[in-house]
Amino acid sequence: MGEQIIKIEGLKAEIDGKEILKGINLTVNTGEIHAIMGPNGSGKSTLSSVLAGREEYEVTGGSVDYLGKDLLELDPEERSWEGLFLAFQYPVEIPGVSNINFLKTALAEKAKYQGREAMPAKEFLALVKEKSALVELSDKLKNRSVNEGFSGGEKKRNEIFQMAMLEPRLSILDETDSGLDIDALRIVANGVNTLKTENNATIVITHYQRLLDYIVPDFVHVLYDGRIIRTGDKNLALELEERGYDWLIKEFA
Amino acid sequence: MKYTEEHLKEELKDKEYEFGFTTEIESEKAPNGINEEIIRFISGKKNEPEWLLEYRLNALKVWQEMVEPEWVHVKYQKPDFQGISYYAAPKKKKELKSLDEVDPEIRKTMDRLGISLEEQKKLTGVAVDFVMDSVSVATSFKEKLGELGIIFMSFSEAVQKHPDLVKKYLGTVVPTSDNFYAALNSAVFSDGSFCYIPKGVRCPMELSTYFRINESGTGQFERTLVVADEGSYVSYLEGCTAPQRDENQLHAAVVELIALDNAEIKYSTVQNWYPGDKDGKGGVFNFVTKRGLCETNAKISWTQVETGSAVTWKYPSCVLKGDNSIGEFYSVAVTNNYQQADTGTKMIHIGKNTKSTVISKGISAGFSQNSYRGLVKIGKGATNARNFSQCDSLLMTDRCGAHTFPYIECENSTAQLEHEATTSKIGEDQIFYCLQRGISEEKAISLIVNGYAKEVLNKLPMEFAVEAQKLLEISLENSVG
Ligand SMILES: Nc1ncnc2c1ncn2[C@@H]1O[C@H](COP(=O)(O)OP(=O)(O)O)[C@@H](O)[C@H]1O
Ligand SMILES: [Mg+2]
Repeated sequence: MGEQIIKIEGLKAEIDGKEILKGINLTVNTGEIHAIMGPNGSGKSTLSSVLAGREEYEVTGGSVDYLGKDLLELDPEERSWEGLFLAFQYPVEIPGVSNINFLKTALAEKAKYQGREAMPAKEFLALVKEKSALVELSDKLKNRSVNEGFSGGEKKRNEIFQMAMLEPRLSILDETDSGLDIDALRIVANGVNTLKTENNATIVITHYQRLLDYIVPDFVHVLYDGRIIRTGDKNLALELEERGYDWLIKEFA
Repeated sequence: MKYTEEHLKEELKDKEYEFGFTTEIESEKAPNGINEEIIRFISGKKNEPEWLLEYRLNALKVWQEMVEPEWVHVKYQKPDFQGISYYAAPKKKKELKSLDEVDPEIRKTMDRLGISLEEQKKLTGVAVDFVMDSVSVATSFKEKLGELGIIFMSFSEAVQKHPDLVKKYLGTVVPTSDNFYAALNSAVFSDGSFCYIPKGVRCPMELSTYFRINESGTGQFERTLVVADEGSYVSYLEGCTAPQRDENQLHAAVVELIALDNAEIKYSTVQNWYPGDKDGKGGVFNFVTKRGLCETNAKISWTQVETGSAVTWKYPSCVLKGDNSIGEFYSVAVTNNYQQADTGTKMIHIGKNTKSTVISKGISAGFSQNSYRGLVKIGKGATNARNFSQCDSLLMTDRCGAHTFPYIECENSTAQLEHEATTSKIGEDQIFYCLQRGISEEKAISLIVNGYAKEVLNKLPMEFAVEAQKLLEISLENSVG
């Protein structure tokens, strides 16, 4: 078993006074892929937002240890610099800011945090070339404004491209498979698999088992009404595909 | 809808505007107030020819009959025109021994703008030991211009050395009676710049008022006249990104551009006058009249980045008189805290096949008010005239305001006019996305805002563009809410 990356204990969070996460327990070690499944509205995106540090959510209980640090004490950008990456369910557009400039800024800020010199332009461009090939992102898209006018699939591939550039320790992919056709799904999955090492870990949020044919999880968790109600291996996903969530929810109730 | 100064009045609102203002005692200074005697005194001091004295006196008469506009959207305490001294011997900035004596706030800003120590000294009036290098650069700059027959000097100097040129063009684009502030300027203008590009000459470098900064102070009633003779080209830069403090509240400049047949003038401005403090105290009132005249096939582009002043009132305009002439206006106007800006442009199409483009990007933060006001006028004879206008507003907070007032007067049915307008609030989603990628909030805002303003910033000459970007970043610090 690898080294512990994140340990979430009894995590509770609310927004506008409404409790969404009602006590989440989850531990992820290096080299692991965890899938989080669950019906719409169960709190999957909320969990990823809370871990990434979105201010609108108020954490009302529990703790999160991330690489020996108290994650909840870190600012969102510090979490990023410490290697936490979130591939957004709905990546935003930033008009007038080229993808390349955006990433260059992100990498430079991270380097500054780590006390390193920013990467020389030549090296940076070589890295862009290498990493964009991974998700077959064309040069045209690299130079276009961040996500502006990208198709759904292009946005998701762009997320994985950014992930590749930032080389995170823990990646959370929030429904990266939604809206992808089968080719794009394969490209994205292939990217994620290639980026997997013995040193990092991935949390894949999805509500289709389809993606898990390509990204094979070590653990599958079912999130329902703000709690993880079942954990199993990849066969759990297959079972859910066949039987849906209702039986589990009934059992839980 | 007809656009008149009356409409302006209606649109702008009254708000109390306080400021504290002190004037240093000048050794050679006219008594406060404005009257015929003062005008004669100013003209005499400057050793001006009779025609120019007449020009000023006439302007005084015109001005005295005008009524100061009431602005519906802009609140400030009106200047006491009889409480201002209209002539001071070219003011030497207080000479400082070293940069340590400069206001640390200003220094910090200049550092962040990336302004070199040498330039910082020049800008703040620190005694400079001119390194040989910069002297020779300035000298060879002048020599080069001289060889090409380009005239670039202070307005006062041009009145002495090239009176015929000045007389021929002064007031031809902005007539004395144009508006209250233009009339005042015509009566009492202190100094400014004059530039003439001879026929067929392409000015090989950007002409910057900055090169002349040590030669003469310009004061509060600046007058600029740029004439591009047939087939010539010039790119002219005005202002600088460094914060400018001035004890004078009221600045009423007039800029006239004349592009003769086939000529092109690119006029870029970065304006960063003191905007007042966080509570809206102090700050410069900037009432500027800028207009260009295009003859046949001529082109004039105005590009402006406005971040300073407590009150900005300014509409760089183009009169497209000649057939096939082109007018362009690219503007970024930032207001923060209690700043108020009312800017825009007028594109007056008179000739056939005339074309104009207007790109305006307003950015409002704090409690500020930012208005775009534009007029596109198509005259009877302007067959096949075309205009494209795009006015975008970006709001940084819920407490600021953005307003767009596009006016169109069209007397020729062949015209093609397009207008687009958007208003958006800077997105928390966008900022969070940046944060998640490790881009701090300050950088994120800068990225987003610069991306938003890119179309305009791209029109600036390179070295200006980089500074202007940083300026936007600094102007909008801690502004999201
Ligand atoms: N900004 C918000 N304000 C109020 N309720 C919210 C907000 N965001 C999410 N919710 C609610 O939280 C619950 C969980 O949403 P979400 O985390 O997006 O679920 P999932 O990603 O599993 O579909 C839903 O009931 C949703 O309506
Ligand atoms: Mg979701």
